[in-house]
Amino acid sequence: MSPATLLMEATYLLASVLFILGLKAMSHPDSARRGMFYAEAGMAAAIIGTLIGQHIVTWVWIVAGLLIGSAIGAWMGITVPMTAMPQRTALSHAFGAMAAALVGIAEFGIHASDMSVFTRGALGFEVMLGALTTTGSLIAAGKLQGVIKGTPVQFKGQQFLNLLIGIGMVGCFITFWINPAIFAAFYTMVGLALAFGVMLVIPVGSADMPVVMSLLNSYAGLAATATGFVLGNNVLIIAGTLDGFSGLILSILMCKAMNRSITNVLFGGFGSVVAEASSNAGGTMREIPLEDAAIQLAYAKRVIFVPGYGLATAQAQHAVRELAELLEERGVSVKYAIHPVAGRMPGHMNVLLAEANVPYSALYEMEQINPEFPETDVVVVIGANDVVNPDARDNPKSLIAGMPILEVDHAKSVIVLKRGQGRGFSGLENPLFFKERTRMLYGDAKGTLNLLVKAVEQT
Amino acid sequence: MNPAVLIASVYVFVLAAFLGYQVISRVPPLLHTPLMSATNAISGISLIGSLVMAGAHYPLFAHLLGFAAVTTATINVVGGFWITDRMLKMFKKRDPKAVGAGKAVKS
Repeated sequence: MSPATLLMEATYLLASVLFILGLKAMSHPDSARRGMFYAEAGMAAAIIGTLIGQHIVTWVWIVAGLLIGSAIGAWMGITVPMTAMPQRTALSHAFGAMAAALVGIAEFGIHASDMSVFTRGALGFEVMLGALTTTGSLIAAGKLQGVIKGTPVQFKGQQFLNLLIGIGMVGCFITFWINPAIFAAFYTMVGLALAFGVMLVIPVGSADMPVVMSLLNSYAGLAATATGFVLGNNVLIIAGTLDGFSGLILSILMCKAMNRSITNVLFGGFGSVVAEASSNAGGTMREIPLEDAAIQLAYAKRVIFVPGYGLATAQAQHAVRELAELLEERGVSVKYAIHPVAGRMPGHMNVLLAEANVPYSALYEMEQINPEFPETDVVVVIGANDVVNPDARDNPKSLIAGMPILEVDHAKSVIVLKRGQGRGFSGLENPLFFKERTRMLYGDAKGTLNLLVKAVEQT
Repeated sequence: MNPAVLIASVYVFVLAAFLGYQVISRVPPLLHTPLMSATNAISGISLIGSLVMAGAHYPLFAHLLGFAAVTTATINVVGGFWITDRMLKMFKKRDPKAVGAGKAVKS
């Protein structure tokens, strides 16, 4: 082994260690930033090591790719707003998977005839996962950005068609695995995988995006792992597996938070509720005048805010923080209750509130905060619906039965900020809105909160 | 790939999976978005495979595919780490001075 190769292997080992340390530091917000510096250092070392240790003969493509990629990456890094984080992340899953698929296709073109059976299998996985994650993530990003309609796309015979594409894809994979001379099988597999990715994501509704995002994250990671097997490169295996398992764990957590199975999310087409499901909802919704709401808040001891995705769409994060600070100055204890699937990707709501300068010590997870609702004077629900729907707990016939909820209906009083009288994403009626203790405050969340701030200031 | 290397790779994979499960489970839901962004940037390490494709002694089509892969992987590495840092910077503990400062600006 030449010294250059030894050096390269050493940087790979260093990178692996630094990646793990970096993710370990993610266990606390105070150490997380330092952890990312470790990971960045590891990445830089591995890149330099590769450029020294591999026999690079042509630099033009490398330099061009690095420069263009860095420019686009930096531009995204600076300009992407926090509300667009789900789209950005979906797009990055697409990019990561595309890189894996492209390297795989090139590898096939060069070495198809002299590959071991095992390498060929790993290559098949790499390209298949890479291709389907690329198109799937692009569709997800399009839906999140609003370029493609967010509603589930479903048609007759869809599942049968999916099955056909799936079988065809796996069939092609096995064919070229057995006989690498059949190039057509490989390229047909690529095409079918691209189609499969599209079919996988179009039937999924916007509200289920956190699960799909996590799942695509997992696929993108596993595609990188497969690349590692093809190239016999351990740092790729390690980094890809960390990414893949992170995505898998998040998918499981998100599914638990909605009491759904992954198959149900992928094939259920939730959010397109056709039949009127039974609901305990009924009666009248009671509106509350703004001034009364302000007085209630100003003289409360304990207030909990429950933000949903409606808060993000109304860009009301700063307004809610302003109201919270005002209340705190009056001696009111203020907390935020965050449901695991609030927002469009895991943890999205926390980022949005952190951006509005809400200290993370005020953000509470569902399990922590649920016991506190009975002692809470006022709960303010902002643009959240299903995650506070008591039907999930009380009505076994509800479509969201069994989904863990924030039990705001146990609080002494609830104020719901809502755009209008319509239903949420799932189209379900929410009995919370009809309860004796619940009052509705209609209007754009941001405008309403600003008016509340003024009203509280005058109280 | 000879069997010894294959077995070693499988070892690495299984141990990384186990370690990943342990490490990732400890990340609080508070940081799940930065986590996804960070693991994504880290898996941009596939860049090292792309670099070889784009620059080693291979035919032109490999260089072109490699170039595209280098570009997309670099976008993930640079953009991913950048955005992760931007997010993590925002997570602050309760700062008693911050409330006062906010008020001063308002008045």
